[in-house]
Amino acid sequence: MNSTTEEAPALPETRRVPVPVEGRNPGTGKRQGKAGKAPSQSFRNRLRRDKQMLLMMVPGVVFLLLFFYIPILGNVIAFQDYQPYLGIGDSLYVGWQNFVDLFGNPDFIQAFRNTLYLAAWQLVFLFPVPLILALIVDSLISTRVRQVFQSIAYLPHFLSWVLVIAFFQQMLGGAGFINNTLRDFGLDPIPFMTNPDTFPLLVVVQMIWKDAGWAMIIFLAALASIDASLYEAAAADGAGRWRRMWHITLPGLRPVIVLLLILRIGDILSVGFEQFILQRDAVGAGAAEVLDTFTYYTGVIGGGWSSGAAAGLAKGIVGALLIYGANKLAHRFGEDGIFAKQAR
Amino acid sequence: MATTTLFKKKPRELSYNPKRPVWKERPSALYQTVKGVILVLFSLSILAPIMLVVSTSLADNEQLVRAGGFVMWPERPTLEAYETIFRGPMVLQSLGVSLFITAVGTILALFVTITMAYATSRSVLFGRPVVLAVLFTLLFAPGLIPSFLMIRELGLLDSIWSLILPGIFGAFNFVVMRSFFMNIPGELIESARIDGANDWQILWRIVMPLSKAVIAVVGLFYAVGFWNSFFNALLYINDHSKWPIQLLLRNFVVQGSGAADQLGITTTPPPQSIQMAVVVVALVPILMVYPFLQKHFAKGVITGAVKG
Repeated sequence: MNSTTEEAPALPETRRVPVPVEGRNPGTGKRQGKAGKAPSQSFRNRLRRDKQMLLMMVPGVVFLLLFFYIPILGNVIAFQDYQPYLGIGDSLYVGWQNFVDLFGNPDFIQAFRNTLYLAAWQLVFLFPVPLILALIVDSLISTRVRQVFQSIAYLPHFLSWVLVIAFFQQMLGGAGFINNTLRDFGLDPIPFMTNPDTFPLLVVVQMIWKDAGWAMIIFLAALASIDASLYEAAAADGAGRWRRMWHITLPGLRPVIVLLLILRIGDILSVGFEQFILQRDAVGAGAAEVLDTFTYYTGVIGGGWSSGAAAGLAKGIVGALLIYGANKLAHRFGEDGIFAKQAR
Repeated sequence: MATTTLFKKKPRELSYNPKRPVWKERPSALYQTVKGVILVLFSLSILAPIMLVVSTSLADNEQLVRAGGFVMWPERPTLEAYETIFRGPMVLQSLGVSLFITAVGTILALFVTITMAYATSRSVLFGRPVVLAVLFTLLFAPGLIPSFLMIRELGLLDSIWSLILPGIFGAFNFVVMRSFFMNIPGELIESARIDGANDWQILWRIVMPLSKAVIAVVGLFYAVGFWNSFFNALLYINDHSKWPIQLLLRNFVVQGSGAADQLGITTTPPPQSIQMAVVVVALVPILMVYPFLQKHFAKGVITGAVKG
């Protein structure tokens, strides 16, 4: 019975039932720990059991390979003097030379400095805004007002950067609404959109406009999950609204704040690609060149494939290290961070 | 009941704010004002530009000239600007491209994401490493240049597929979808299997009907992403006839000049309202799906972001 039933399309109904013995197939009739004896066979059984599921993974896996993992390997051109007509196989290996050149390149240093500078602006000014908005919205008693405000505030998140910049131009641009109005009153127009000195401010305002409402959603969810009886008890003990916020609300939000900060820090080197590439011409490369736009202009436009790839790779690795480090730090402070769920 | 009729003034007082918890103190006038001002200003900053753009696109020539280029409310609304942009080939073409990549891209993306998420939501062979391989994409990106070279190697440069294929799978959407599938009770799936259904049938007949909401959310996210994507087109597409609407918008509105000539139109309405009409054309589809998005997304985002 053993061998014959094993070849048959054995009893599908018992598949994938969590059984105490790993890899055992009750349909084969082989019991009492025999499965552990022949791991290759149990592997084959599992393969047969899961073949449709494995088939379902194929499109996604092919995608990951084509557009993620093979391109990652393509980063070897950062260590080559890549020539398109030679291809990756035949281009000359130059070791770390591209990176050495990069750090001697004032444009790259400028882009790097701009990136960090803009990231710092974002961290300081962009991060608190959704939190403050969420606290205000959460304190609203009227659900009507809440819903109306939320509907308005989420909307810009779904607009493309092109649209956002177009809107900003129409409002703040040199021929835009506000400057037109200023001119009507005989005042000098203000170059909001083209002044390199105020560019970080402009960028942060655009980001707040586009995403602060949306970022609020996560804080709102976290606020809703704070136990209301805590507030009640605190109020009964005589805590005012600020003390309740300090001792209940903010500690309750801590995990979310930490999580978002980690994500923010990991993203610190990608300050917002489309936003910058759209405005680089208006403001000039001096202020608006960031690592991503540097990669684009050097590599794709300038044909410096290898130095572009080197800049991209350096950015990617530093970004990954930052996330990793921030996550470690979060664990140290007793928070879950982002990868806790994996480990559990 | 008796008490409410007894005290005539009380109900009014109560209906003022029945939801306010008793322990919460009444807000001071100052706080209320500050909050109100912040919320109103924030909302206005979002609504005003949209209003301005829509009105300007509808305004007639005479009013525009008088107002110096911008109008907050069209006195005599006219569709002249729209008629003009649709007379030339470019806007229609790019609308077609955008609609195509959005429709085809969303369908493909849903297929890839659903199958992948379902397969990894159950304990199967290779499930764990595949999930880790996906999550790794959240941590590290291959970079612009290698991605560009890959597209070139695949022969997709200047092809519409270069706008679709790189976007048909997103790790974030995968996580949202998978965490939803994982919450579907295993008994349901086992019982279908006992009835002789295979994995595809289970997915199609059991899992997907149960997950309509999350599929709608993820689908809308993908659709908005495809509609809004501009950078891929900038990278991969040279041929003007394959520009999606966002790239057209960037080249003729954000970068400014010569819009009318390049749109293949001999212009009568002022360029300002033509530009704004193009902006509106790119904006309207988003505004149309926004109510649906809003209905569902809060749940989707939260499960993805907090539990993820």
